[in-house]
Amino acid sequence: MSGANDPYDPKQVAALSAENLDAAVQKAREAFAGAADLEALAAVKPGHLGDRSPVLLARREIGALPPKAKAEAGKRVNEAQSAIKTAFDERHAVLQVERDERVLREESVDVTLPWDRFPRGARHPITTLAERIGDVFVAMGYEIAEGPELETEWFNFDALNFGKDHPARSMQDTFYIAPGDSQLVLRTHTSPVQARTLLDRDLPVYVVCPGRTFRTDELDATHTPVFHQVEGLAVDKGLTMGHLKGTLDSFARAMFGEDSKTRLRPSFFPFTEPSAEVDVWFPEKKGGAGWVEWGGCGMVNPNVLRATGVDPDVYSGFAFGMGLERTLQFRNGLPDMRDMVEGDVRFTQPFGTEA
Amino acid sequence: MRIPVSWLVEHLGFDEVPTPDELAEAFTRIGIEVEEVSPLGPVTGPIVAGRVVAIEELTEFKKPIRYCQVEVGPEQVNNIICGATNFVEGDSVVVALPGAVLPGGFAIAERKTYGRVSQGMICASDELGIGDDHSGILVLPTGTAQPGDDALELLGLNDTVIELAPTPDRGYAFSVRGLAREIACALDVPFGDPGLIEVPEPEGEAWPVHIEDRPGCSRFVARRVTGVDPTAPTPWWMRRRLMLAGMRSISLPVDITNYVMLELGQPLHAFDAASLSGALTVRRALAGEKLTTLDDQVRALDVDDIVIADDSGVISLAGVMGGASTEVGDSSSDILLEAANWDPASIARTVRRHKLPSEAAKRFERTVDPALAPVALERAAKLLNHYAEGQIKPGRTDVGVPALPEPVSMPIDLPDRIAGVRYARGVTARRLGQIGCQVSVTTSEEGQTIVTAVPPTWRSDLVQPADLVEEVLRLEGYDTIPSVLPPAPAGRGLTEQQRRRRTVWRTLAEDGFVEVKPFPFIDPSVFDAFGLAADDVRRNAVGVLNPLEADKNVLATTLLPGLLETLQRNLARGAKDVSLYNIAQVTLPRAQQVPVPALGVDRRPTEAEVASLLASLPHQPLHVAGVLTGHRELAGWWGKGRIADWSDAVEAARRAAQAYGVTLRVVASDLLPWHPGRCAELRVGDWPVGHAGELHPKVIEALGLPKRTVAFELDLDALPLEDHRPAPTVSAYPPVLLDVALVVDASVPVQSVSEVLGASAGDLLEDIRLFDVYTGEQLGEGKKSLAYSLRFRAPDRTLTVEEATAARDAAVTAAGERLGAALRA
Repeated sequence: MSGANDPYDPKQVAALSAENLDAAVQKAREAFAGAADLEALAAVKPGHLGDRSPVLLARREIGALPPKAKAEAGKRVNEAQSAIKTAFDERHAVLQVERDERVLREESVDVTLPWDRFPRGARHPITTLAERIGDVFVAMGYEIAEGPELETEWFNFDALNFGKDHPARSMQDTFYIAPGDSQLVLRTHTSPVQARTLLDRDLPVYVVCPGRTFRTDELDATHTPVFHQVEGLAVDKGLTMGHLKGTLDSFARAMFGEDSKTRLRPSFFPFTEPSAEVDVWFPEKKGGAGWVEWGGCGMVNPNVLRATGVDPDVYSGFAFGMGLERTLQFRNGLPDMRDMVEGDVRFTQPFGTEA
Repeated sequence: MRIPVSWLVEHLGFDEVPTPDELAEAFTRIGIEVEEVSPLGPVTGPIVAGRVVAIEELTEFKKPIRYCQVEVGPEQVNNIICGATNFVEGDSVVVALPGAVLPGGFAIAERKTYGRVSQGMICASDELGIGDDHSGILVLPTGTAQPGDDALELLGLNDTVIELAPTPDRGYAFSVRGLAREIACALDVPFGDPGLIEVPEPEGEAWPVHIEDRPGCSRFVARRVTGVDPTAPTPWWMRRRLMLAGMRSISLPVDITNYVMLELGQPLHAFDAASLSGALTVRRALAGEKLTTLDDQVRALDVDDIVIADDSGVISLAGVMGGASTEVGDSSSDILLEAANWDPASIARTVRRHKLPSEAAKRFERTVDPALAPVALERAAKLLNHYAEGQIKPGRTDVGVPALPEPVSMPIDLPDRIAGVRYARGVTARRLGQIGCQVSVTTSEEGQTIVTAVPPTWRSDLVQPADLVEEVLRLEGYDTIPSVLPPAPAGRGLTEQQRRRRTVWRTLAEDGFVEVKPFPFIDPSVFDAFGLAADDVRRNAVGVLNPLEADKNVLATTLLPGLLETLQRNLARGAKDVSLYNIAQVTLPRAQQVPVPALGVDRRPTEAEVASLLASLPHQPLHVAGVLTGHRELAGWWGKGRIADWSDAVEAARRAAQAYGVTLRVVASDLLPWHPGRCAELRVGDWPVGHAGELHPKVIEALGLPKRTVAFELDLDALPLEDHRPAPTVSAYPPVLLDVALVVDASVPVQSVSEVLGASAGDLLEDIRLFDVYTGEQLGEGKKSLAYSLRFRAPDRTLTVEEATAARDAAVTAAGERLGAALRA
């Protein structure tokens, strides 16, 4: 090593020659380029940018130069060092990108692995259907009424104009509550809510009531002793059968699409007069669009209005009722009603929470 | 009611008879439900009348077989094998010859059977498609046909049977007369009323009759026919119609009563007059009385049953079924025909009581035209006279005064106003006239046009204006009523309770539970399996009088039995990890059963009456319940998963309540069917609203459930509708997080510690969370360590650690004072 006061040594000065500095830069570039990864680059770095690297050693010789030569030699060394630094940075950047890519690549997983950690739950499709029907009518301005499943005969029959021994009472095969003279039944339809509503609410009323109902039918593919209905009741001044029809058509469209509509056939229910069976035009019916029996309806019998204190000369009303199991059965094409009552999770799960 | 089209149209003045489908459509349009339209046949090929010449009984087979020689045409005798035995040599029969094809594509060919060659088949009525009688082959009345006559025409196979189900208010429609009238109205064609029969003035009584029970019998009419030839056969045309209507031929007198009932709608009864002793009395049965009915059943009578009695005692269950002792038999020649009007409600009760539905009762239950009895008797007597040479005695007994329909008045535009249609002028009066009303139109003092209709005797169902309105609307056609949406009222949407219930419903499903809807009928023995004490309130269940399954005869007081049964069904079908829930009413009898008040329907009940009506019902709160077994979190490539335990049941119940806006408190409890050490009582404040936890091992064993099955049940209706109106303010200043571990006695509930810490840490405490529970030797016997992380934050400044530490220390001190908690060393 040459000190500042050392005599001039042409050999040592050679380290500051352009050739030697260029060679050092060249070697550094080759070394950096040859480093395959960041670790290798770090390993070769001191040899080209460290204290003992040729360029830094050369810089020490500047002091030994005659003052005139110092500026020029300093400039050459700076350029060389800068070139090496640039080469290093460039290589480092490249290797860093490569490393990041590799790490991400190595961290990749098989995203097709199953993820069924938490078994899926579901609401019963009858629940969802009842809610949906409720929403349709709420949107029409109706409210949702409720009533108990175990009812007095007065609400289930008497107030609905079923005579004491009228055959219509046995038409709906009734579960009776013990003891024999209890005068209590499991409601055979949601219609008792009509009488409850008229006793309970101020006129006019527009209500629907989805609920569970009971008849002594043996369980089979199309019958179940415990089933659900939705009841609708409107009592107001000037309501007509045309209004009933308009409401049912609107209901049908909401449930079965814009092409749906209803058809009324004269029938008999003690609590409505005139009465009708409702058929619905179901565009997606199995085997082609067609009429499907849907429920019953009619103009509220004046006797029902009288029994609940509504003046039939001032008010008129309409009522309708549909079976939810039946609706679900034909809407979804379900072959067997037993599946709806048995509670097999494989039946219910596909319905999810909103089906 | 089944009716052949040929019979129906006989009374209608069609220029061109509509097709059966057109008739069915007309019935449907006016409200007579069509159950089935069944064309007869098809039968093709040679079907002829035959005469049995000789019968050879073959005895070598397991059942009797006959090898018959049957004359099937001039000089033509076929040998035919027949398995029936209800005929004799000389009988006239129907033979399907080789080449014929019977309904169902049944082709007849000459074939060898029972070791003989059979050249055709002697037919039963069901094989020809004209009835369902297969008790024997069809034997035609003597003289009906000659051997070789084409049987197709004779049998009238070019006909269609329409099966109709009139609604129970239309009693008149259970007759050809009533149905033909309906078609006349529907299609505007002339109607020839078969009920227009001249009834001669009687000369004296036919038989002495006393009505002791006027409410039960409004009219009793009798006519006597003597000298009836007991061997006279029922003419083929009548047998055919009875057969097509679904009735069996019995004997001429009985067939005539049935025929007239089908034709006119008035059920008749024929007594063997020689078997009657003394006057007939109509009364209620006396306690202990018995009657052997026509079906040879001995029936113990109820004091509510209306009966006909003579000096020998009860001889008929009036309107429902006759008695065996006075039945018309093979030798009866002196016949007393009876037609009456019985109280529909009494008949309905008798039918139900004796489980004895009959064609007669079906009509009486629905009310029979009170003017019809003498007419129907005249028709029957004439038929007996014509076909059995009976002499109609000049006397007729006619006791009682039947109620006739009252006039009904209404504004003439009421049908228009109810339908929302402007009908053409005169429509209302015309339609009411068409169904048989006497119609008059007047103007009221207010200047309103009023129509008054006196309903015909057969329309006892027309009692109020709405009934007349329906007649006009249905005959004009419901399809002419427009579809108009009523103006929307201002609804208030769902109630708060309805919205929160929906959230509960949805929350449990989103949490992995599957909703099921078990029936509410349960077997009370499940409470033994639950280990409930004899006086447990849940055993106090409401009974069902007529359950479908005899042992499931009470209504659920808890949702668990139904859920557990459904769980078992799923497990039996191979499921392993199952979480089920159900939201439904349960039925809880009241401590004091209030009797149901007797209320009429002629007016609104008073508020007090309504209140007592509602009070007479059991309490029926809405419950939510769930059961879990197997994995709550499934095992998989990620690890072993997690088996559901007691805490999942508690969590589900708490989440359900939270969805309802209520935070439940939990206290340790001991209630079957839960495990005594793993049962949480869920409370709102201090009020218990449900339970959750692991089921008792004994219950699990008794019900065959998987070990560690857990369950919860909550009374949703007991949850208060707490006003939920949060107004949180969110501080942007940084928190101070501090942990603390407290050692307490193992018996101290965690909830108490958490509550004390939470309540004592001051307003700066933002969140408190238990992150570890530790027990071990270091702590000593009967101790546990609870590790909490506390998050403190100030609303208005950066909190210092010193402030937070002071708050924490205050909380720890409080826990030490109240619960003996010590900082863990």
